[in-house]
Amino acid sequence: MLETTRFLLRKLASDRTAALGALIITLLVVVAIAAPVLSTHPGDVTEFHPPERLLPPSGDHFFGTDRMGADVYSRLLFGARITIAIAVIAIGASVLVGIPVGLVAGYYRNWVSDALMRISDIFLAVPQIVLAIAIAQTLGPSIENVILALSATYWPFWARLVYAETRSALNDTYVEASIALGASPWRVMILHVLPNISSSVIVRTTIGMGGTILTAAVLGFLGLGPPAPSPEWGRTIAESREFLPEAWWYATAPGLAIFLVVMGFNLLGDGLRDILDPRTRRSGDG
Amino acid sequence: MTGAAPRGRAGTLQPGLEMRALVLTVNRLVWFVPTLLGLLVITFTISHIIPADPIAFIAGDNATAEQIAALKAKFGVDKPVPVQLWNYILGVAQGDFGISLYTQRPIAEDLIARLPATLELAFVAVILSGVIGIPLGVLAAVRRNSWLDHALRVFTVSGLAIAAFWFAILLQLLFAMKLGWTPLQGRVDGWGPDPVTGFYIVDSVLAGDLETLADVIGHMVLPAVTLSFPAMATIMRFTRAGVLDAINSNYVDYQLAMGVPRRVVVWRYVLRNALIGTVTQVGLVFGNLIANAVVVEAVFDWPGLGLYAVNSILQSDYNGIMGFTLIMGTVFIIVNLLVDISHGLIDPRETG
Amino acid sequence: MDDLLAVTGLTVGFATESGLARVLDQVDFRIGRGEIVGLVGESGCGKTTLARAILGVLPANSARISAGSIEFDGRDLLQEDPDALATDIRGRAITFVPQDPFSSFNPVFTIGRQIEELMKWKSPDAEPGSGPRRYARARRSSDLERVLELLRIVQLPDPEALLRKYPHEVSGGQRQRLMIAMALLPEPKLIIADEPTTALDVTIQAQILKLLRRLAAERGVSVLFTTHDLGTAYEICDRMTVMYAGQDVESAPSDSFFTEPRHIYTVRLLQSLPSRDHGIRGIPGQVPDLTAPPPGCRFHPRCDAASALCRQTRPDPSDVGAGHVARCWHPAQGEGTP
Repeated sequence: MLETTRFLLRKLASDRTAALGALIITLLVVVAIAAPVLSTHPGDVTEFHPPERLLPPSGDHFFGTDRMGADVYSRLLFGARITIAIAVIAIGASVLVGIPVGLVAGYYRNWVSDALMRISDIFLAVPQIVLAIAIAQTLGPSIENVILALSATYWPFWARLVYAETRSALNDTYVEASIALGASPWRVMILHVLPNISSSVIVRTTIGMGGTILTAAVLGFLGLGPPAPSPEWGRTIAESREFLPEAWWYATAPGLAIFLVVMGFNLLGDGLRDILDPRTRRSGDG
Repeated sequence: MTGAAPRGRAGTLQPGLEMRALVLTVNRLVWFVPTLLGLLVITFTISHIIPADPIAFIAGDNATAEQIAALKAKFGVDKPVPVQLWNYILGVAQGDFGISLYTQRPIAEDLIARLPATLELAFVAVILSGVIGIPLGVLAAVRRNSWLDHALRVFTVSGLAIAAFWFAILLQLLFAMKLGWTPLQGRVDGWGPDPVTGFYIVDSVLAGDLETLADVIGHMVLPAVTLSFPAMATIMRFTRAGVLDAINSNYVDYQLAMGVPRRVVVWRYVLRNALIGTVTQVGLVFGNLIANAVVVEAVFDWPGLGLYAVNSILQSDYNGIMGFTLIMGTVFIIVNLLVDISHGLIDPRETG
Repeated sequence: MDDLLAVTGLTVGFATESGLARVLDQVDFRIGRGEIVGLVGESGCGKTTLARAILGVLPANSARISAGSIEFDGRDLLQEDPDALATDIRGRAITFVPQDPFSSFNPVFTIGRQIEELMKWKSPDAEPGSGPRRYARARRSSDLERVLELLRIVQLPDPEALLRKYPHEVSGGQRQRLMIAMALLPEPKLIIADEPTTALDVTIQAQILKLLRRLAAERGVSVLFTTHDLGTAYEICDRMTVMYAGQDVESAPSDSFFTEPRHIYTVRLLQSLPSRDHGIRGIPGQVPDLTAPPPGCRFHPRCDAASALCRQTRPDPSDVGAGHVARCWHPAQGEGTP
């Protein structure tokens, strides 16, 4: 395990773009954890200074101030916590639901597995964000509901992937052999199939993080995310619109943050795919 | 690949294309209704997870018990949930999506009226992405590792990472607010052309009204560019990968070894193979595009389905949201159906 | 003898991650008119590189030709304009039968369409020099006649129907017959067949090879046939050239090749064929790393007859019999035993 990790890290370091992606994500995590230390006005998520509203970027306010006179830079750092929390929990839940569903549906060939796959196909038949909007709208704006809406609509992606990979893994000789030797279904799934498909799941999950962050930002932008005065990035951009074009910094900074973070996950995901999954190697890295 | 493809009549060079398309279409159509039904059940369930009381909200604080009962009857929420679901399914089957809790107008009418605006925007964006994205993807592959390839790679990576609504705002900020080159919002100044197709570009051409056409195109530029950026990035990426795969294939090697000129091989042979991969992605691209349309329409105040959805969200109009979800699902399923069929047509190995 | 093709001192290197691989080292090779020559050796000995160098389709960004000449029918191909090579040598005077008939057809076009495209550029009636602006109707129909006739000659059933099929709809053997037909259609002087039967069943292999031999002989076309299989080479070749680790070591008429091998490597190679007497016997040692090949004769680290001379200098070709050339300082004398 340690060997594998070390191998992975070495490979990643040698792929410049993947390394850049990893760097951006590390930075995001550091920023989120150390937000109170790194921010110049740590109280500004909750404290407002109306006389200082809409100030342009300066030495005191790196990215200016917002409509409440709060420091945009500091709020950005705290917003990173929300982004990470949403992405990690939502993706985690989707993976935890999607993998067992995909495994079971892929391993057994009966009506249960057909039903499971048909249900995930229905979810996949609509753009994911459309369903997420519907769910988030019903549940009401909050960070928990965003997570719920995202997990409820994301799990089928993993179910589909794991299903397809399981079906093909079952054709591998050694899996066939262990079934023939009488290994129990769970033993086969967990000891043989799961390790076999972990590469594609890891790759899909990494790229899925980027997608989730984008979707979460859309929900925030539509007012379905955590309510004001949350420093969530999507909401901040929505708030900034009525102060354009004068307060350009207000809209620009959070969008740039989303852009960087999503790009980080995408680059890392592409890099991981090259390393872990040579079959689907991008022949060039468009 | 399963067995031999159906053969065509003697004398035609295209063996059984019509036949294959038919088989594929029927195959997919069979799943169309159950998928839509499932979608309907899911959306209905979603909007009834929480026993919210929108009627009390509409009726206001001073409503009498009779007034509330009357409203409940009007919206059909006085019956048990399974009955409501059944009624809803029956209604949808007849093209009735219920009544908007906010505007109190039939949702189906509102949605149909707004569909052309969204479709026009989506089509323009898809065409733009394809027309620019495919040739650039080929160029990037042919000149692999050149400065052009690297520049295009930065472009695709950005396109896939950018939040559409933020990009829309940036474009607005620069081109509409600062430079004043384009209108800030909306679909047209004034009433727009006489509705024939509902597509303003087509309608103003039909009416021979060049002034309106210019105005319509002016309004279209920013939203279309916003929507096509990520789509173009995806198309370019898959075209590039497809072309590279094809260029490194044995059949291209054979053609070159037989002295067929390189440009002929690339533009006539390789492109077709590469496009198979690209076409499969069009469904995905279109899905993302429609999803982005929701927010992009909100930013540009574009009177389509997305704006309708945003307004429904703001008004807590769950009937409206349900209708929006269903119609988006239908459009998306149809697009994927078309993608599957065209995939079957250009790839002879695909036999359905 | 009147040579159609004479490769002299050809040296080719490939840029690899671990340095320059010296894939061909001063290779001499020739083919007479109407002669069928087998180029044999283990995988990685450079036979495919030599074939591709003659065709002029070495990978442009990694391969480098540093010395030598390739003379074909009175022209030095290495000095010619690349465009001229593509229009009137490649696919016209020299055609190609690929190793894998499965993947050498474009899967999304009908076979007819692909042959038509080839004929548009490479038909014997096509004007030499510039490529076609358009495909004239008259030539198109005369070309179609030619195609159908040849498909019958290579014993493909129902050629008209075949042309309307997609590559995945026909069998591997049929595909390779098509490839041979396509190689003959431009009426070339030389066909380069790069392991044309390795991807096929053994039973079909023999049929395809006999067909190739018969048609080439009938039309007086020379064939360069690369293979690692000595048995098939013996069946169809007039003469054999053996390569080892990027060097040509011996060239002889097929009969004397098998009965009187002179280079020690050839001797060992023949001994390594499975036989009733001794079963399978390998050659001790390993094929050298081409990024750091041994000096002199590259076989010397594995050769029990090697001397100091072998380690320093590679011998020039010397005549050791009628039409029999070996590049060995200590050629074997007797019947297969040195």
